[in-house]
Amino acid sequence: MTTSKAVAWEPVTAQALIDDLKSKPGALLPILHAIQDRFSFIPEEAVALIAQSLTLSRAEVHGVISFYHHFRTQQPGRHVVEICRAEACQAQGSRALEDHAKAALGVDYHQTTADRNITLEPVYCLGNCSCGPSIRVGDEIHADVDATRFDELVEGLKTDRVEILL
Amino acid sequence: MTFRIHVPSDTTAKARGADRIARLIEIVAQEHKIDVEVRRNGTRGLYWLETLVEVDTDAGRYGFGPVKEGDIESLFAAEFYKGNVEHSLAVGLVEDIPYLKRQERFTFSRLGITDPLSLEDYQAKDGFKGLENAIKLSSQEIVDTVKESGLRGRGGAAFPTGIKWQTVLDVESPKGQKYIVCNADEGDSGTFADRLVMECDPFMLIEGMIIAGLAVGATQGYIYCRSEYPLAIENLNSAIQTAYDNNLLGADIQGSGKHFDLEVRMGAGAYICGEETSLLESLEGKRGLVRAKPPLPAIVGLFGQPTVVNNVLSLAAVPFILDKGAKAYADVGVGRSRGTLPFQVTGNVKFGGLVELAFGPTLKELMFEFGGGTRSGRPLRAVQVGGPLGAYLPESQWDTPLGYEEFSQKQAVLGHGGVVMFDDTVDMSEQARFSMEFCVAESCGKCTPCRIGSTRGVEVIDRIRAGKNVDANMELLMDLCETMLDGSLCAMGGMTPFPVQSAMQHFTEDFVKNAASATQAKEV
Repeated sequence: MTTSKAVAWEPVTAQALIDDLKSKPGALLPILHAIQDRFSFIPEEAVALIAQSLTLSRAEVHGVISFYHHFRTQQPGRHVVEICRAEACQAQGSRALEDHAKAALGVDYHQTTADRNITLEPVYCLGNCSCGPSIRVGDEIHADVDATRFDELVEGLKTDRVEILL
Repeated sequence: MTFRIHVPSDTTAKARGADRIARLIEIVAQEHKIDVEVRRNGTRGLYWLETLVEVDTDAGRYGFGPVKEGDIESLFAAEFYKGNVEHSLAVGLVEDIPYLKRQERFTFSRLGITDPLSLEDYQAKDGFKGLENAIKLSSQEIVDTVKESGLRGRGGAAFPTGIKWQTVLDVESPKGQKYIVCNADEGDSGTFADRLVMECDPFMLIEGMIIAGLAVGATQGYIYCRSEYPLAIENLNSAIQTAYDNNLLGADIQGSGKHFDLEVRMGAGAYICGEETSLLESLEGKRGLVRAKPPLPAIVGLFGQPTVVNNVLSLAAVPFILDKGAKAYADVGVGRSRGTLPFQVTGNVKFGGLVELAFGPTLKELMFEFGGGTRSGRPLRAVQVGGPLGAYLPESQWDTPLGYEEFSQKQAVLGHGGVVMFDDTVDMSEQARFSMEFCVAESCGKCTPCRIGSTRGVEVIDRIRAGKNVDANMELLMDLCETMLDGSLCAMGGMTPFPVQSAMQHFTEDFVKNAASATQAKEV
């Protein structure tokens, strides 16, 4: 998910998102996705709103959020970069890529660079297993990523992309 | 005249630059004043050739690949848009590429040929013929057809699909509501066949689910797709909307009086939600904790109602079976493994991609005759088949025929058909450690052998890798694996020992190598 388009927390918007979805059977996951897609994370204030709207306890909502790797309760950097750690990418050199990425960005997994630009996350398989190592930046998957390619991609995230020709 | 050019649009092709290639072709064609129509097909699944650009001709589609941005000018200079021309990237008629020609594409017959979101394309290639037949049959007749086809659960457990459907058909729903749930939480490393169905032929999955609904009397379906597959979700949603707009979903489908609604739900990055009961919990909006079985989901499933939970590939095989007949499907295969399995050849492989074959050839044929050996050019050493819970196979087992029973005789699994190849630089004790580490990260935490056993497993392997009391720790690790195997509630803890034990058994040298150096260090 590219988070640069995410907006600041607004309870009214959040409540509208919740109201749109709350009548669905098993509505909690769709609601959590909607909130995170809009605000880039699930703030504490949202937990209270969701709990009230679904007549759940805040602990129950929190329990669901904490179970799933995808949901986060802290504001991420402007970009989320996920590196595949699974076996097919390991066979193609992802362990070296992980080490390089951590050193190049100066962060470990689940951390954000000091300039708040990039949050680094692990991911277990992006389904691009014939052409690894694979990483995901926002909703884009990149294949055959070695250290050089990683640095190029990160460089491209430092400024807002300008679409000139393509 | 207009030249028609096809550029693939699946995740891997895009990851290799297909979107920019498609755009560049349009721009350069305009500059050269050549009239081209660029269409976006799925992918053929011949991934080493991506981006594979295809050109329509009277003789068939000519291909060029792997095309990179820098090749566009030379392609235009060679007038590639005419098809059969000389160019270093020319691969000839795509259908004649041996890798493709030697496959038996039952499920993936349209892969890479059609525009994934075009209902017209789908229908022109036998799409919805299975449904047309199913509408004329009784529920029992549909179930019987699937039983006769010999189709078994393609998610990995290989349970006969027809028998599962029969159970759901026979049981009465307390609330008068049954469900079809498609397990699209394809978390196994080395697999992407579900993704290909959803991204490149989504109508096939929709058709399979409607037929399943007719077979058991279910009127609501859910596709639970992992959040790591954004394009699959986008394409499914688009195809579902088209299906509703064309009276293929909703009330009174094609005037049959039958009703079926379908919705995509997104997972949230939990491998365990590929386990069917965990998936149902997640769909209900809860933590994905595994349920104890019995009761089976077929009897007490989603929201407590009778539920068919099938893998994407199982449901995707159904339109073929209902269209071409159970016999056409059952006629190929080996032993009790009937029909085809779309294998995915991945990892350190030269020619990686999708290889749909009837069960029966050996693993070696798949890895060498299709895969062409390793991409690094180094000797192949170990192969993990069936995802992160599947065993590592050494060279002595590569002659095993690709069949469910054939693999289980070797304490291995075929699973979802993923084949991950490793060259001789792999350290198998590191791979065993990763299997335990993965289980730590992904265990739902409900049962102790899985939750605690995996953590202890990482610790014991770390001691072995450090050369500490290697013999005793190897014994302890084997014992721990047995406990996890016998004592876990589901396959997560129950199968994590497979890769660990197979690595210990077949690649012992990687575990004991530091024992010697530790002893030597002590002596010095």
